[in-house]
Amino acid sequence: MSRIELVNVDKFYGKNHVLKNLNLTIEDGDFMTLLGPSGCGKTTTLRVVSGLEKPQKGYIYMDGKQIVNADEAYFAAPSERNLDLVFQSYALWPHMTVFDNVAFGLKVLKENNAEIAKKVASALERMQIGEFAKRFPTELSGGQQQRVAIARAIVSSPRLLLLDEPLSNLDAKLRVDMRSELKRLHHETGTTIIYVTHDQVEALTMSTKIALYRKGELVQVAPPLELYDNPCNLYTADFIGNPSINFVKGTATVDASGLTVTSPFGTQTYPKADMTDVELANGSVDVTLGIRPEQLTIATAQDDNHWTKAKVYSSMPAGSETLVSLKVGDMIVTCKELCSSRYDSDQEVWLGFNPKKVNVFETAGEKLIKRCV
Amino acid sequence: MKEQTRPYSRGRRLKNQIMSVITNPYNVIVLIAIILLVYLIVLPLFDMLSTTFKLAQRDLRAVPGGQAGEFTLYYWQRLLASKLSYSMLIKPLLNSLLIGFGVSVCAIALGSALAWLMVRSDLPFKPFFSLAVIIPYMIPSWVKSQAWLSIFKTPRIGGAPGFVSSMLTKMGVTNQAFLEPIAYGPVAIIIVLTLHYYAYTYLLVSAALNSVNSELEEMAEIKGAGKAMILRKITLPLVLPAMLSAVILTFSKAIGTFGTINYLGSPVDFRTLSSQLYSNSKSQNTQTAFAMAILMIAIASLSVFINQRLIGSRKSYATIGGKGGRSTLIGLGKWRPLITFILLIFFAVGIIMPVVILIIESCMLVEGTYSFSNFTLYYWIGAGNPDIMEGVPGIFRNSNFMLALTNSLKLTFVNGIAGTFFGQILGYMCAKGRGKFHGGLVEQLVFIPYLIPSVAFGGIYLSMFSKPQSIFGVQLVPALYGTFALLTVTSVVKHLPFASRAGTSNMMQISGELEEAAMIKGAGFFKRFIKIVFPLSKGGFISGFMLIFVSIMKELDLIILIMTPKTSTLPYLAFQYQNQNCPQASNCVAIVMFSIVFLVYALANIFGDADLAKSMAG
Repeated sequence: MSRIELVNVDKFYGKNHVLKNLNLTIEDGDFMTLLGPSGCGKTTTLRVVSGLEKPQKGYIYMDGKQIVNADEAYFAAPSERNLDLVFQSYALWPHMTVFDNVAFGLKVLKENNAEIAKKVASALERMQIGEFAKRFPTELSGGQQQRVAIARAIVSSPRLLLLDEPLSNLDAKLRVDMRSELKRLHHETGTTIIYVTHDQVEALTMSTKIALYRKGELVQVAPPLELYDNPCNLYTADFIGNPSINFVKGTATVDASGLTVTSPFGTQTYPKADMTDVELANGSVDVTLGIRPEQLTIATAQDDNHWTKAKVYSSMPAGSETLVSLKVGDMIVTCKELCSSRYDSDQEVWLGFNPKKVNVFETAGEKLIKRCV
Repeated sequence: MKEQTRPYSRGRRLKNQIMSVITNPYNVIVLIAIILLVYLIVLPLFDMLSTTFKLAQRDLRAVPGGQAGEFTLYYWQRLLASKLSYSMLIKPLLNSLLIGFGVSVCAIALGSALAWLMVRSDLPFKPFFSLAVIIPYMIPSWVKSQAWLSIFKTPRIGGAPGFVSSMLTKMGVTNQAFLEPIAYGPVAIIIVLTLHYYAYTYLLVSAALNSVNSELEEMAEIKGAGKAMILRKITLPLVLPAMLSAVILTFSKAIGTFGTINYLGSPVDFRTLSSQLYSNSKSQNTQTAFAMAILMIAIASLSVFINQRLIGSRKSYATIGGKGGRSTLIGLGKWRPLITFILLIFFAVGIIMPVVILIIESCMLVEGTYSFSNFTLYYWIGAGNPDIMEGVPGIFRNSNFMLALTNSLKLTFVNGIAGTFFGQILGYMCAKGRGKFHGGLVEQLVFIPYLIPSVAFGGIYLSMFSKPQSIFGVQLVPALYGTFALLTVTSVVKHLPFASRAGTSNMMQISGELEEAAMIKGAGFFKRFIKIVFPLSKGGFISGFMLIFVSIMKELDLIILIMTPKTSTLPYLAFQYQNQNCPQASNCVAIVMFSIVFLVYALANIFGDADLAKSMAG
């Protein structure tokens, strides 16, 4: 339950510039996911917010109160920030029982024993690990250790919960279960959460907002579906979505009525209203169409909705869905059909899409110029 | 935001910076540690250096027109470029180098061969051998020298015949001159020290061999390499860094050793730098002694430097391979029984026999007479007979022995606790400060005592603390001469390199996140140390304690100059008895001491999982 504001934060490790002039606001009650490939500064951001690392430049505010002012070398201690952190490694103290691990923070605060017992029991109960209170961490499975780590973090009802890739050490099935539990936890406690992951599915399914990183800089901050539907540039479009978005090269002209795009998928026109504020040069510009695999549809014969001829390259049915690679001219595109279908290799088919649902990017500037509506 | 627009204030920045340094106990402790290390290690070195350039009162006659305390090159000139140089410096230096190289070569060869046999071959009875191979490390080298003398000494030089000599006499061999070069001199010293120091090589190389993945050797076998070729081209290069580390350890220990030289060299006037240093110190030639110590430090530093150049970036070879999951043993084939037999003989003659001889000799009324009528327990429990040992009673009835025993136990316990404590704290700083300035500084400072020969180290502390220490007229430390405190400080500081290295490897195993998790919970530095760091490193604390305990219990070289009758310890008492020509009593003391060492080592193995190799790696 708190609002975090990072202003012009710069962090160096030696000569390595890890965070570059970072500006990010996390609203009260947000489930903010920091997403990006490894080494892009997500975890560093988390550690800077937690107070474990000191940035060289910038300010951080928590509910309007300054907690970091690098210019004046002021850094509030981690314990003064009313937050808690779940480490990727869990960092459970191996010499303490589950109960003692969870109770540690309360004992530091010198709360009375009855109160501690009550709070610990409630935290363990919430994470459904009440029966393990007397065990040591090494006697628990990975998933159970994970729950202890979360219980330890939530026991003192922090206003801000920081989670550093908490699910990366779990197996695939457990990860899916924990996702829904974390989402439930966020819903029930209303705590502001900052969640670090490189797994876009986790980011898309759990967050209220995603901050996408690239080499220490923020690329886009938006709610998950906005990020998916309207990535602000080619990098975001390519990073988000599995299987990856299809990029189709083309050219476009802009006039008073809107945008006309010509590509191997024919010619489409878009009204001014669908366009972003990006300024475009007059005349013809090189553009890239971004077509999500699920937007492409396949028909065995040409019709109004399927106008581009293609050849099946390979087809990969996976039960609930089928991924089909197709050749349009020399270009390979991927299509995702939400059913089980069969195509033969080299079969001739017709492709089409709903023009409103595709993105158009300017190739040179990599920026989005036409939104999906 | 309101605060955002607040103007930048240089004053507030300074205040915050200062506050963050002084409110963090870690910073304060690092600062204190660095100050103490500089005071206890760097300052004495400078003190020592400047002493060698200051004219002493007693040498006024040698320097015409000189004044006491005046700057002079007299001592260096006398040592390096005078008629006395050859006998004072060059010859002892050559002897030191002879011992250093001889011992290094033999110990490395022996230790490596044993390590390979124990780790990589299908040698039988490994559990027995692996214990036997460690025992020499627990017997101090001067006890081994004593045992050597008991076996080989000749009546002409040693006063009484040793075991071999009396056997020969019984067989009617009267011309025993050929025994003398065996009993005394460089050959004897090299053999005895080799039997002592091969343990370092053995521990380091076997640890390295253990971490070599046997798949690397198997790959070579698939490529068609023979066993000898695999050993030469694959295994040896991989453990070379460990072997070079062992060379340095052995070389610097061997040239610094004093006890063995005194036992086996002095009777035939074989002198080395360390024994010269001792006699110069004893006869108050402090300046000369210190100049020699500086030369020895230079030699040790040079050898470390060469070692680092040789190893260079290869240092972590062995660890790159990681713990090779599976290790296939190499068959010794038809050599197996022979090698086993040789090893058994080696242990019987090299390790068990000396101990047995020591025990037997301690029960002999007259040295060198091997008969039942000569059997006595006088030296153990005798009530005091004016005809024997000038009436000094057996050790268990002897107040001197009891005093030495109490002193030894007190010293080892206090040192074990203090040394381990400081070692772990310094190790914590080295581990946390890795890659940072303060971590590097602490690591360098702590390493220095390692380069200073034990005898010289004792000498420096003796001269430094024999007068009160004061800063700006405020007396900080009173004169410590002849006190238990001086012994303690000397031993703790000299053992810091070992202790802190053990502490570092111990602390490296504790993930930083465990502490950060507590930091987020609001636990301060001391709370974290007590609740998280200490409980997690308890095992290391205990084994570190045991190692220092064992090492100090055996210590003679370091404290020999500091000793006074009131503060004497078991090794010193044994040394005195030996010098008073009473080897039986000396043997009794040595046996008691060895028993304590062995017992503590056994306890360490059972409770502390003490890893000797870990604490001396590097």
